[in-house]
Amino acid sequence: MFIHNCEGVSVTVENRTIYMDNSATTPVRKEVVEEMLPYLTENFGNPSSIYDPGKVSRRAVEEARKKVTNAIGAEENEIYFTSGGTESDNWALKGIAFANRSKGKHIITSSIEHHAILYACAWLEGEGFEVTYLPVDKYGMVSPDDLRNAIRDDTILISIMLANNEIGTIQPVEEIGKIAREKKIYFHTDAVQAIGHVPIDVQKMSIDLLSLSGHKFGGPKGCGALYIRKGTKIESLLHGGAQERKRRAGTENVPAIVGLGKAIELAIEELEEENKTLLEMRERLIEGLLKIPRTHLNGHPTKRLANNVNVTFEYIEGESLLLLLNAKGIFASTGSACNSTALEPSHVLTACGVPHEIVHGSLRLSLGRMNTPEDVDRVLEVLPEIVQKLRNMSPLTPQEYRKF
Amino acid sequence: MDYSVKVMDHFSNPRNMGSIENCDGVGEVGNAKCGDIMKIFLKVEDDRIVDVKFQTFGCGAAIASSSMATELIKGKTLKEAWQLSNKAVAEALDGLPPIKMHCSMLAEEAIHEAINDYLKKNGLEPWTE
Repeated sequence: MFIHNCEGVSVTVENRTIYMDNSATTPVRKEVVEEMLPYLTENFGNPSSIYDPGKVSRRAVEEARKKVTNAIGAEENEIYFTSGGTESDNWALKGIAFANRSKGKHIITSSIEHHAILYACAWLEGEGFEVTYLPVDKYGMVSPDDLRNAIRDDTILISIMLANNEIGTIQPVEEIGKIAREKKIYFHTDAVQAIGHVPIDVQKMSIDLLSLSGHKFGGPKGCGALYIRKGTKIESLLHGGAQERKRRAGTENVPAIVGLGKAIELAIEELEEENKTLLEMRERLIEGLLKIPRTHLNGHPTKRLANNVNVTFEYIEGESLLLLLNAKGIFASTGSACNSTALEPSHVLTACGVPHEIVHGSLRLSLGRMNTPEDVDRVLEVLPEIVQKLRNMSPLTPQEYRKF
Repeated sequence: MDYSVKVMDHFSNPRNMGSIENCDGVGEVGNAKCGDIMKIFLKVEDDRIVDVKFQTFGCGAAIASSSMATELIKGKTLKEAWQLSNKAVAEALDGLPPIKMHCSMLAEEAIHEAINDYLKKNGLEPWTE
């Protein structure tokens, strides 16, 4: 990899770079690219066209739909392709809210949802809906009892994510689904981070709507899906052509849909094996990082995604941490305000009760199928030095943690 | 976020990082809640800053601003150092992203705090303007 050195000249810093930000996005897998390629060139037909090339595309889209259907235990005609996780989340919330407003105006969600949920909820509040944001415990876990207590006669939707994108905490979705079913309230889950890491069965988990996004599991960007259980009353978000059974207008993104189908098929096939490898690396990373003094694990110690590591280093700030890691060819993420355009620290860590004073020192390492045990060794070799360098610079560091 | 080569240089190899024992003036601004704190230590002889060190908790821009600001005031008189504006710090760094301009502001404020601390310790009126 090349970066600019102090003189602005491109230099090679490391022979090998380490990408540990797989919760942000993943590379498209080679097998996936291969499946997609013909649909960018020779098989370019519009699936809505009745002639043969159109039918080729139509068949490819339906083939992909079947793969998504199988991946989450859905039934035929319950998968709708979208432009990604954000559209799926927006569609689920706004679509359910507006189709069911005669029944009620109350929505329940959690305080650690992705912004695609939280900001859609905030918008709905402006439209006259009422939203309850459930708190979480220090591990980022929603309590089913809190959910029960929050349900009102006019509650029309419960939206709780399956696994959190920052801290990896896996919610008690089956229990939540049971409560929702019992109270006859629609249950939506944002499964964007969970696909390929957590086995999902929409029947067993009583899920009515589920969002997923292709690029989080080796598929292309700009393509996702929304699962909508048959019989669910939902409005459309995009109006126009009759695509997706008249529920989501717009010419299908055929190559991306084909890619998403292949990627989810592979992800589900390899889930168990993959999780074993990731879990080993995750545990070694966590163990190694917690050896650095004044370091804390964020999220649940066991009920967490096999690929997620999130720690807070006291006395230092996340953006400078990322910059120094970048200079070593290691790519990761932080919940620090200084790294966000809004200058707000992570709402997830804040909701978990991480004190404001140390919330800026968080680091998320999200593993993927490209990572190796050697990557873990390298990160564990480099990180203590970087943390020490920044601690030596910080006025907050007590004398005993300074080293020169 | 695109930082200039100069920002990256001062961030990666900060000048004057550390503290001064028995310093003549010290100023600390910002707070951990917001994610940045800057602390400036001064050694003063005959109204001139003969040595300066900083400690900073914050992002790349905050660390680079501290480093650059200390370089700009080292060897200067207190009056000259007082006049260092945040804009001058940002310009010396070949600019900062708009959202990071407050980091250079911290540098200016920390220097003012440190100078006033020196003045107060010497029984003089702190400066306001």
